[in-house]
Amino acid sequence: MSPTTAAKSREYDAIVIGGGHNGLVNAAYLAKAGLSVLVVERRHLVGGAAITEELHPGFQFTTFSYALSLLRPDIIHELDLVRHGFMPILMPSSFAPMENGDYLLLGPDRDENLKEIMRHSAHDADAMDRYEHDVERVCQLVKPLFDRVPPNLFGKSPEDLADIAWLRSHLGDAPPKVLHDAVRMLTGSAADFLDDYFESDILKGYMASSGIIGTKVGPMSQGSGLVLLYHSLGEHDGQFGAWAFHKGGNGGFTQVLARAAQAFGVEILLESEVDHVVTREGRAVGVVLGDGTELSSRTVVSAVDPRRTFLELVEPRELPTDLVENINRFRFQGTSAKVNFALDGAPRYPALGDRTDQYRGFTNIGPSMEYLERAFDDAKYGWYSQRPYLDCAVQSMVDPDMAPPGKHVMSCFVQYAPYHLRGSDWDTEREKFGDTVQATLESFFPGFGDLVLHREVVTPLDIERVVGLSEGNIFAGEFFAPQMYFFRPAPGWSQYRTPIDGYYQCGSGTHPGGCVMGAPGKLASGQILADLRKD
Amino acid sequence: MIRTTPFHPRLSELSTTGLWSHWAGYLSAQKYDMSAKHEYFGIRNSAGFFDSSPLYKYWVRGRDAERFLAGVLARDVRTCRPGRAQYTIWCDDAGFLLEDGVVFRYSENEFMLTAAEPNLGYLRDLVGRLDVEVVDVSQEYGVLAVQGPRSREILARLSPDVAALPYFGHTQTKVGAASVTVSRTGFTGDLGYEILVPAADALPVLDAVIEAGTPYGMRPFGEQALLMARIEAGLLLVDVDFSSSRYAWTDHDRVTPVELGLRWMLRGIDDPERPFVGRTALRAEIAGGTSRWATVGIVVDWQDWDRVWTRAGLVPPKDETPLDYESMLYDADGGRVGYATSFMYSPVLQRHIGIARVRPDHGAVGSTVGLEVTVNHQYETVAAQVARLPLFNPERKTA
Repeated sequence: MSPTTAAKSREYDAIVIGGGHNGLVNAAYLAKAGLSVLVVERRHLVGGAAITEELHPGFQFTTFSYALSLLRPDIIHELDLVRHGFMPILMPSSFAPMENGDYLLLGPDRDENLKEIMRHSAHDADAMDRYEHDVERVCQLVKPLFDRVPPNLFGKSPEDLADIAWLRSHLGDAPPKVLHDAVRMLTGSAADFLDDYFESDILKGYMASSGIIGTKVGPMSQGSGLVLLYHSLGEHDGQFGAWAFHKGGNGGFTQVLARAAQAFGVEILLESEVDHVVTREGRAVGVVLGDGTELSSRTVVSAVDPRRTFLELVEPRELPTDLVENINRFRFQGTSAKVNFALDGAPRYPALGDRTDQYRGFTNIGPSMEYLERAFDDAKYGWYSQRPYLDCAVQSMVDPDMAPPGKHVMSCFVQYAPYHLRGSDWDTEREKFGDTVQATLESFFPGFGDLVLHREVVTPLDIERVVGLSEGNIFAGEFFAPQMYFFRPAPGWSQYRTPIDGYYQCGSGTHPGGCVMGAPGKLASGQILADLRKD
Repeated sequence: MIRTTPFHPRLSELSTTGLWSHWAGYLSAQKYDMSAKHEYFGIRNSAGFFDSSPLYKYWVRGRDAERFLAGVLARDVRTCRPGRAQYTIWCDDAGFLLEDGVVFRYSENEFMLTAAEPNLGYLRDLVGRLDVEVVDVSQEYGVLAVQGPRSREILARLSPDVAALPYFGHTQTKVGAASVTVSRTGFTGDLGYEILVPAADALPVLDAVIEAGTPYGMRPFGEQALLMARIEAGLLLVDVDFSSSRYAWTDHDRVTPVELGLRWMLRGIDDPERPFVGRTALRAEIAGGTSRWATVGIVVDWQDWDRVWTRAGLVPPKDETPLDYESMLYDADGGRVGYATSFMYSPVLQRHIGIARVRPDHGAVGSTVGLEVTVNHQYETVAAQVARLPLFNPERKTA
């Protein structure tokens, strides 16, 4: 069954609004349980922010999201994704160029990595082992929280009390050091945490970069520790913190999800926008599309972000006032952008001569915590970084499907690029911003500009316009402690239900949040199916 | 002094690890860079090349060459037309496996047989009065395997004939100035080819392959990556999944083709026109249903695997490095029903998988066996499903 542009029926058991990865995961689980499910996607392709597009002939761009790490392993198996082409290509290395022309190149071998770290600091070599072990223990503690619905702190039912008791006992069983490390990461700054282990600028810059991705914090801001922890929590093949490029980019992955969902019977409707959710007597009964078509369904699931879920798809006047207030002050404030390049060849890093194997994983332009913090300074005052942080991925190095032979695509994730610019706007600044990014690359890779065949600048405004993520926040809402776990997206509404019966939320604005994780979609499906059994 | 293959001068430049095994008396790369897993990803996503030169190679030629091989090999070589190759086996007179290899038919009376172990004496002893010569040309040729989804595109740039080669077909062609045989064969279970090249021409051919493949992300791979790919592909390895009957001390270490899942090779075994070594014993085994084992794939229940390790406070390991020991298999009552001869975590399949030998009554696809693992120094059993081999079988392999 291929996606269509006209719904085959007027009535479904469940309608999922938004064909991003969480919408697809949610729909697949509902269909697997026997429901008739329709996914309604506004664009001509599914995937949301996880898409691959041929924006220049022969060159496949991961326009937005560009790598996999946090996808929950149980989803791979339960939705039978391997059968539909799931193929993560693990990254063998991380490359961190330095401003003095030196570099840090970490690969798959521990001992070689220790020697490489010792080039920069002998002290930091064993610190690396200690750091990784400590963080992995925190990950082991936190991971079960990712795979469960957050407890309802405000509930008094036996189920709620049992959930709270589970959390208490889970945390209570942790060794004190592990629990304390978890709290330090969840509430503190990446800089403070990393300073406890490391002395070398390049290592700290490289590690701290994971503490700022997608979030309006600098490495020295309280709260960056939480982002650092999130980016350590991913796993592939049993390795914490491992990242992969999916075959065909992240769009390759969401196409796999779409095929899996369709195999369970999900119908996908493209180029159709949901105008609003129809409610009757406080209960969702269907949706109305942009062209006026009305489709009925006793279950409606919003896979879009909390602002759209609560303030646009339904009438905020029908919702509790405190929820509306919470959603109104929910922080989006996207600060990330992308600049994607089609290249005539691999960039040259002078210290490595003609070598190109360093580009098989991420290339991290964030040579010190100070570099990152100064990049953040610009954003604090309403402007984009003049020397931005870049997370670059040349996916065609490991996946020849991404570019013609010998040519390359290079995806550059850029911070900081605040959604609200002071004294200008993104339509005015787009290409100047692209020039800033390219100039930064040129300073590390002399001759880079000569390789550029095509450049695509994606600002937070573009993310909002194209994908629909409010203010271009890539996580569908900031990763701030007051917006996480049992407060995501709002106190009392973290269990995927809404005040409207039969209306659910399953996007990245719910626990456990953004990244291509799929957990919100899966956890929401469990709640929906449980409610249907009760009815 | 250990020998080196004709490709070695270039391969030693490509090796960043300096890690070599000894294979049949030659240096053979274990891995070219520190992660065999990424060499494996090369095979599955773009292409990789592997030096198979240490294989033994025998010309079998003469008016009676077909008759000779038809009597030595258990698979009927008469069905192999010129320009085609067959994966084949040979057995002892008790029907136990001696070895496996690939036979290439060049013409009516001309074959090449490859093998992992020396077999010249054995083959010559069986010639009798037939008009056939068996010549060991092992050192005269290099063999370069080019494997992976982009291998066809890469080799077709060097030799357009390659594009049309069917699975297990071969052709004599040119790469640059060198005369080579390119066959659509390999040990990875993927789309792939092998190039047989006279030793003197090996380096220029390798250089041409590297030049053609580099833009596609092709990379060299060593034994470790090969041994991952071959388990996924259900390809059996001598001294791992079976032992040669010739060197076994007891029948516990011997296995028949039927027991090894190779009964399909014995098609036509009842044809009285083709007596071959082991035929009588194998017919008796089939007729009497006396096989002791079935060889199957096993796929571990991922939830059970995670549960056992997580309960012990450990991160469930997912290690693609094949185990170098056997893992016992049990039924629901704890009775021994067999053992896995190969076991690994498959990155492509995202499951722990194995090649196993089970009692025939436990060989039904979909049935459950318990796999013994050691967790925190204690034996635990995790559920695994019996599955048909090969476990990874992409369409491109034969398409």
